[in-house]
Amino acid sequence: MAFKIIVCAKQVPDTNVIKINPKTGTLIRDGVPSILNHDDANALEEALKIKDKYPDTHITVVSMGPPQATDMLMECLAKGADEGVLLSDRAVGGSDTWATSNALEATIRKIGDYDMIFAGRQAIDGDTAQVGPQIAEKLGLPQITYVEEFEIADNMKDITVKRQLEDGYEVIKVQTPCMLTCIKELNEPRYMSIGGIFDAKNKPMKVWSAKDVEVDLKKVGLEASPTNVFRSFTPAPKGKGVVLEGDTEKDVAKKLLVGLKSKHVI
Amino acid sequence: MAIQVIKDKCVGCGACVGACPFSAITMKDGKAEIGSACTACSVCVAKCPVQAIEKTADDDVVDLSAYKHIWVFAEQRNGKLMNVALELIGEGHRLAREISDDTKVYAVLIGDGIKNLADECYAYGADGVILIEDPLLKNFTTDGYTKVIYDAIQEFKPEIVLYGATHIGRDLAPRIAARCNTGLTADCTRLDVKVSSYIDFAKKNTTLDTSTLDPNDPSTGIKQTRPAFGGNLMATIICPRTRPQMSTVRPGVMSKREPVQGATGELIEYKPAIADADIRTKVVEIVKSAKELVSLTDADIIVSGGRGVGGPEGFDIIKQLADKVGGVVGSSRACVDNGWIDHSHQVGQTGTTVKPKIYFACGISGAIQHLAGMQNSDIIVAINKDPDAPIFEVADYGIVGDLFKVIPEIIAEWDNAEALFEASEK
Repeated sequence: MAFKIIVCAKQVPDTNVIKINPKTGTLIRDGVPSILNHDDANALEEALKIKDKYPDTHITVVSMGPPQATDMLMECLAKGADEGVLLSDRAVGGSDTWATSNALEATIRKIGDYDMIFAGRQAIDGDTAQVGPQIAEKLGLPQITYVEEFEIADNMKDITVKRQLEDGYEVIKVQTPCMLTCIKELNEPRYMSIGGIFDAKNKPMKVWSAKDVEVDLKKVGLEASPTNVFRSFTPAPKGKGVVLEGDTEKDVAKKLLVGLKSKHVI
Repeated sequence: MAIQVIKDKCVGCGACVGACPFSAITMKDGKAEIGSACTACSVCVAKCPVQAIEKTADDDVVDLSAYKHIWVFAEQRNGKLMNVALELIGEGHRLAREISDDTKVYAVLIGDGIKNLADECYAYGADGVILIEDPLLKNFTTDGYTKVIYDAIQEFKPEIVLYGATHIGRDLAPRIAARCNTGLTADCTRLDVKVSSYIDFAKKNTTLDTSTLDPNDPSTGIKQTRPAFGGNLMATIICPRTRPQMSTVRPGVMSKREPVQGATGELIEYKPAIADADIRTKVVEIVKSAKELVSLTDADIIVSGGRGVGGPEGFDIIKQLADKVGGVVGSSRACVDNGWIDHSHQVGQTGTTVKPKIYFACGISGAIQHLAGMQNSDIIVAINKDPDAPIFEVADYGIVGDLFKVIPEIIAEWDNAEALFEASEK
């Protein structure tokens, strides 16, 4: 029993450590580490768990980005994936989610056969959660997003998932092939092992151009994207309020209540 | 082939007018307009400094004027409209009037046996309701809802479609946008049609230099503002060449209109073409979690704990204050990541966006991703040991101190607020 699984992953700047230059209002990217996107780590982990159970399973991790995104793919290989594929081409730069999903659709078609595609729900730099469903649409696959529990039957066809809702969950059944987008509640991603890091160097890593994946160039990149950035800016800081002072905590608490009362909020 | 001016991008500089060898370009209402003398030579395309002119194959050009009116996906679950649907009907109402007097907002109501919800849509500002009912549409499925909404879009051609950025809206909207080959902007926190309203918003809330924007700009493309990079940056997105323009909007951000009881509107019953085989996923059951439902978006007062509470037991004191003031418990992402409290309590960019009357931030340092989700609260009270914590930059009232000592005093004095205030007036 062996599955063919594709995992979609993205290399992202760690937005928790991004700072804004207060003078220019621009992002300070220097020294910001690039990481495997959080939800994508959960997507990879779920694929690896299937491989733990069915060792002949083949996992291909696919990404789109600059050449250095192979670092992130190496991390995925070191964790246990079998093959890395990076679509890297200036022609796909500046793509919005529609154009990105066209590029990844072509890449996945080029890879060929698969039973399941796992993707992270969303990437921490864009937070759109759109690319997974849009790839599914273009590949004609059913999708389940916000997957927090996953199970595949021994017939290798029937999948049962718990899909997270704001106030609970729904249990959904679907059959392969399908797209599943994963959230952190799904699993606890493993770390790379020393042996895994060693093995990764001998695993296939493909870097493809737009031409390699035969994507229609009128459907990718900045120019083709239906959405454009009109303006971008930093949020204005809210006016600073007052720091309440007093000899005791009780004094300060009283001052606070007087303040809240004066503003008619209590 | 044809030459087309992207009105939303055109800055009216006139560079193309002088460049055109056939004098085919004129300025109208501050925008370039291509006249009948145009030979599609493309000289202007290269000349435009803002890439607002493009050459397109005739069959690629979407006739933007064929699209009219605003649709709101009126998400209902189990026969009850989601709050965000009512918020978006209110927002759609406002935007429709900005576009033109005869632009309407329609609520798109999908389910089975839910016709009764139409009145609520009218009460909150919908000019009309597009009702799509079928037993197969009783519960949300990606395949089912995508098909019927896509089909309806092809028939009626709305100019704008808005969805709540819920776990359902964020599943559905990208799928429909991809099928329509149009743009979609996720998790918007502000929408504008008129450039003049965008300028007003930008001046009040942002650091954006608005001098390059013309308040008399007649374009009515939607300007969709959203946080990016974890709330470190705001971006305004446009969708200039394709229709419908689509956005998902964060729950709790837009305001509902005051409901007008007895309001009515135009009811369009759309007969969906849907069959069992169209739906490839099967919803086996929908389970409401046993855990208490945290309604952060509706709360007037939120008491949130951060890393400073020290552990899961630290939320006891947070809960005590919340109970005392009739509020609900919120949390920073750090506490959720540490497993101290359930994710349903999380406020911030990746959690819930809130704007209560009072927000107590207790032991929260104020990471940008947290601020992005709560800084529109009416009054922010911050309690933190560290006087340099960024949370004090947004706090209306800051208290530098130990939350475990300060909160009990607030609880003790809460009922005396009136007397304390009167005493302070004297």
